[in-house]
Amino acid sequence: MLGTAYAILFYAATLILVIGLAARIRVYARVPAPLKIPTTPAPKTRGGVVLRILREVVFFESLFKSNKWIWLFGWTFHMTMWLVLARHLRYFTQPVWGWVELVQPFGTYAAFGMIAGLAGLWLRRVVVERIRYITNPSDHLILALLLGIVLSGTMMRFVAHTDIVAVKAYMLGLMRLRIGALPGDPVLLLHLALVAVLMIVFPVSKLMHAPGLFFSPSRNQVDNPRERRHIAAWAAKLEG
Amino acid sequence: MAPKDTEIPQLAHPLEIPRLKCGAMADSMPYPASPEHQASVGFPGELLPDWKERALAKMKDLAEKNRAFQVYLDACVKCGACTDKCHYFIGTGDPKNMPVARQDLLRSVYRRYFTFAGKHFPWLVGARDLTEEVLDEWYSYYHQCSQCRRCSVFCPFGIDTAEISMAAREIMDVVGKGQKYCNEIIGKVHKIGNNLGLQEKALRATLEGLEEDIEDDTGVSVRIPLDEKGADILLVTPSADFFAEPHIEGLIGYAKVFHEAGVSWTVSSYASEAANFGLFIGSYENMREVSLRIRKAAKELGVKRIIFGECGHAWRVAYSFLNTLAGPWDFLDQNYPVPQHICEFTWGEIQKGTLNIDKARNDHIRLTYHDSCNVARASGMGEKAGGQFEIPRHILKSVCNHFYDMPRDTIMESTLCCGGGGGLLTDELMDLRTKGASPRMTALQEVTEEHGVTHMAAICAICKTQFSKVMPKFGYEMDSILSVHQMVSNAIILTGQDAGGEEEGETAEGAA
Repeated sequence: MLGTAYAILFYAATLILVIGLAARIRVYARVPAPLKIPTTPAPKTRGGVVLRILREVVFFESLFKSNKWIWLFGWTFHMTMWLVLARHLRYFTQPVWGWVELVQPFGTYAAFGMIAGLAGLWLRRVVVERIRYITNPSDHLILALLLGIVLSGTMMRFVAHTDIVAVKAYMLGLMRLRIGALPGDPVLLLHLALVAVLMIVFPVSKLMHAPGLFFSPSRNQVDNPRERRHIAAWAAKLEG
Repeated sequence: MAPKDTEIPQLAHPLEIPRLKCGAMADSMPYPASPEHQASVGFPGELLPDWKERALAKMKDLAEKNRAFQVYLDACVKCGACTDKCHYFIGTGDPKNMPVARQDLLRSVYRRYFTFAGKHFPWLVGARDLTEEVLDEWYSYYHQCSQCRRCSVFCPFGIDTAEISMAAREIMDVVGKGQKYCNEIIGKVHKIGNNLGLQEKALRATLEGLEEDIEDDTGVSVRIPLDEKGADILLVTPSADFFAEPHIEGLIGYAKVFHEAGVSWTVSSYASEAANFGLFIGSYENMREVSLRIRKAAKELGVKRIIFGECGHAWRVAYSFLNTLAGPWDFLDQNYPVPQHICEFTWGEIQKGTLNIDKARNDHIRLTYHDSCNVARASGMGEKAGGQFEIPRHILKSVCNHFYDMPRDTIMESTLCCGGGGGLLTDELMDLRTKGASPRMTALQEVTEEHGVTHMAAICAICKTQFSKVMPKFGYEMDSILSVHQMVSNAIILTGQDAGGEEEGETAEGAA
């Protein structure tokens, strides 16, 4: 029963995430940027732009320039999240890939980095007057959702272990469209339900900042307007 | 609204974060455009009965035509990185002048009508209906943004409030709620060719007067040609260079440099304006129409090159957009950048050694340099990224002995706007302009205390006008703001000029 309910939930969540994300990205890719608007100084070559975006994605370069506290909490949260996500690959692969084995010990303790990062960001949202002013209920809810996921996960790892072998068997089954039995552990069920919610809200929430960064004209444009003429299709029509 | 008495903000340092003062600037708004001004730029004369439908249709149109609009409205995570970066927020404390809050004025409406979350759970994501109150709020706060892009430097996603501000102004124009200052000026450019409405005859007389002044001053005849067919270079410069101080001293500087370089050049009466206020109102069509005047003038005069004078937003449109709006420029000499900045030209001549410069002629000046926002963050100069910071400084250091930069976090890509850019340089906004200038003025006061700086140079017509108005409120003389080419002009000894001759010069009283 439980196994089937969660299978439906995860299949639906995956569909919503993939289709929703693809649809949004399609819009971002199709809508033209009519003018050259990189925030300068900007790279003069395509390669330079790739590096600029890479520095934003890996180091959060602009945020670092902007505010060291937000950077510290935000960067810690995101980077430890990657470690934790990488570690979770072991529940979806058999045999487990070598590099995932390597990440395992780091990914385990990275959860505390996520908790610290999220707590720091949330604290600022409440304490700093300026950030409180720009906060909507949804901003609190996303933090609650993420923190719920991390705390329930950490519980299972460090406090009340769940039958992880059974969970892995269930997940491997789901990936082959075979619905097995899921352990009835409430912490596990909460963890999985919150993850599904996160997947579902992703395409309609501010989590869209992730793909958004790659499509931001002020960051992804090459600074060469005098050398190469840039013109959007709709603007070219004005020239008739 | 009559300008009220402005309480000058006392900042401990240029970037001091104020306490929030909700509603502090809610009454600030520029004069509305009259039906005639609106008509001259192709917009309805007054608020239409179906304004709401039109506004939403325009919003949809923008989302389909402009990736920045679409991505920036979606991508913000409300992290707060930008909240203390706007000079208007620092100067006023009004939370709606925090970049993210300014964006949210429009984002909230976009969410309500165009996103799943906003349609079904408006209270959750801060979505709200578009009402006349919202429109009035837009009119007030989107005219408290100088589109300087400082916030976009610090945003982890590069979200540029200038883009949102331009979009909001365009939506307002489309429904008949335009701003007088910008739209009246654009109308004049369409009709006459410059922001001032200066006709060809008056322009010719002005330039002849300037030629006489230079000759009186130096004993050398230096020409400022107008509409001369067959000249190599078309100079496009802000019309303020023809009549305002200290702009005019800059124009004299360009003329001297061209003279010494031995190039043939001309000003055009048809395209006698570098500034392009179409940018401020986010109107691609108006911006394009203004730009096409330059193309037409270049063709008719048969020039080989185009050089722009000192003007900030103008240089953004020239450097970043001119090729898009009015190109391709294949009929010009491809050995030179199209267009070229006067600073690029002058620095080239200084490097070649064409100019005879006596730095000591500027010894009465202790100088700093204000990076104009749109030159700094929306354009470039020279071959290398960051040339827009280096080249003007190279020039200034070549023509004066006492140069000191303001604190690093207030210059170059982090420069603070003068407070009057982006279509706000109008008297009824003087309160806002003064408060918005306070971070820059505080940075200036720091170098005055530390290095005895007396003057500040800039390469933007708006900066120059704004500073000559607000500097007296901060204890400086109104002529403490200089054109970069005024410094060049002071230091150049023209061929044939008596080097020991009377130098009129500046008085070194300057700062308090």
